[in-house]
Amino acid sequence: MANLLHIISTEPFRLGLALLLIMSFVGLNAAYLVWVERKGAGRFQRRPGPTEVGYAGLIQPIADAVKLLSKQLIMPDGVDATLFRVAPLLVMAPSLISLAVVPFSEKLFGRDINAGLLLIFALGSINVMAIMLGGWSSRNKYAIISAARVVSQNVAYEIPTLLVVITMIMVTGTMDLNEIVRQQAGGFWRWNLFRWDVNPLAPVTFLILYICMLAETNRSPFDMAEAESELVAGAYTEYSGMGFGVFFMAEYANILLGCSVATVLFLGGWQSPVGIWSGLFWFLAKMYFLVFSVVWVRWTFPRTQFYSLLNLSWKILIPVSLFTLILTSAMIKIFARV
Amino acid sequence: MKNAFKEIALGFNSLLTGMRITIGQFFKRTVTVQYPHETLPIPARFRGHIELVRDPETGQAKCYACKLCERACPSDCIIVDGAKIEGAKKKSVTVYKLDFTKCSLCGACVEACRDAAIRYSRDYNLAGLRKEEFIMDLFAKLEAEAPAAGVPLAAPARAQPVKTEPAAPAPTPMPQPAAAAPISDPPKREPVKVDAP
Repeated sequence: MANLLHIISTEPFRLGLALLLIMSFVGLNAAYLVWVERKGAGRFQRRPGPTEVGYAGLIQPIADAVKLLSKQLIMPDGVDATLFRVAPLLVMAPSLISLAVVPFSEKLFGRDINAGLLLIFALGSINVMAIMLGGWSSRNKYAIISAARVVSQNVAYEIPTLLVVITMIMVTGTMDLNEIVRQQAGGFWRWNLFRWDVNPLAPVTFLILYICMLAETNRSPFDMAEAESELVAGAYTEYSGMGFGVFFMAEYANILLGCSVATVLFLGGWQSPVGIWSGLFWFLAKMYFLVFSVVWVRWTFPRTQFYSLLNLSWKILIPVSLFTLILTSAMIKIFARV
Repeated sequence: MKNAFKEIALGFNSLLTGMRITIGQFFKRTVTVQYPHETLPIPARFRGHIELVRDPETGQAKCYACKLCERACPSDCIIVDGAKIEGAKKKSVTVYKLDFTKCSLCGACVEACRDAAIRYSRDYNLAGLRKEEFIMDLFAKLEAEAPAAGVPLAAPARAQPVKTEPAAPAPTPMPQPAAAAPISDPPKREPVKVDAP
């Protein structure tokens, strides 16, 4: 048994195992987060949510998947066939790759890259481009309008995200996600969320990252990409069957990734809040709490107008995150405690 | 500058208030009535289509075909006929047809009836495939319900999707409190869930 563990932890096997685990993790989560979403939507509106398929509707996601898989993939006249087919994959792939560097626990991660944070945010911008390509190649006015919205929204929100990330890199002094988590050992007061000594506005920084994460993943109240009540299904209008299904899965995979990054950067990753029994459980608990809060936000706030969305980013989030960046660098320079 | 900060704080506070309210709702009881599995109680004064009332003493229809209801009906949807049976004091009803396609549920017939021989039924599952299903032979319906002594008065004409145990064991014909409660509540219609929104 120990021998087997040793073998699978050596390089080619480890890679394959990581790929398998991450893909099944993302697939299962995408399916069951839809269930969580629907159940949550129900509860927030005092409905029971799905109840018919399986106990508490637990088989519903499988039924949905079977339905989507059995539908015809319609290719409308005049679409750019290659881009139209590639776009869903381009949305899905970056979040899958990015999860490889996320440390789920002390030993459970795909790759220990010392620029993990850089990898995640570099790949994150492909996501925007892929949605834009999907909208652009469908030759549909709703899809193109929505694709334009996605681009301006994501460009606007990438700036505060990156400013926040730079702030956190200055606080932690590394881009290695494992190292960032290791620094936060010892209890919740050691989390980056409470690093008052170098970043007095740390909770605000966290909030900015959270809001940007909502906007980047195109979640309500910033779901301009798929504004189903205004733009049919936004950039995904012309997609049918599993083409749409992959976009849908990618949305949840991105939420998963965003919540994982927020957990690692601010909430101590797999570190226990009380200092003992650290491990996978705490990572999942924190991450799924954030995922639940995403659902909570979605069913609380209506979709914002497009210009108030841009105003929020350019007038509030960017100045504030810039200010925290300067403040943090000044604190580090003056007190030099990192 | 000061105003801007105040605005941000105010806006953020309102967001938190909203989220507090929704999480409060999250943990409250659901209000959904899962219709085919459970139903709300039917209101006591529910007005369904009319039906004949059985006389608890004789077990026959109370109606003696005076045709007041037929005349009271503004849409001409009731046809009543009766015959004098040898030895009986009054005529007894032999035909009572309701054309429910024309009925507007005004209730003039029930008001016109001097002896409370017709009443509103509590049957609301009235979907049908053909028009003919709504030309109801109320007398035949009453007769059909008659033989089994165990069948409670005004048993539902159609199968109800309500989850119930089999019909309660033969209740003796209940004494009819004429005016107070004109609609006797058959045990089959007992509400499963009592949660009015």
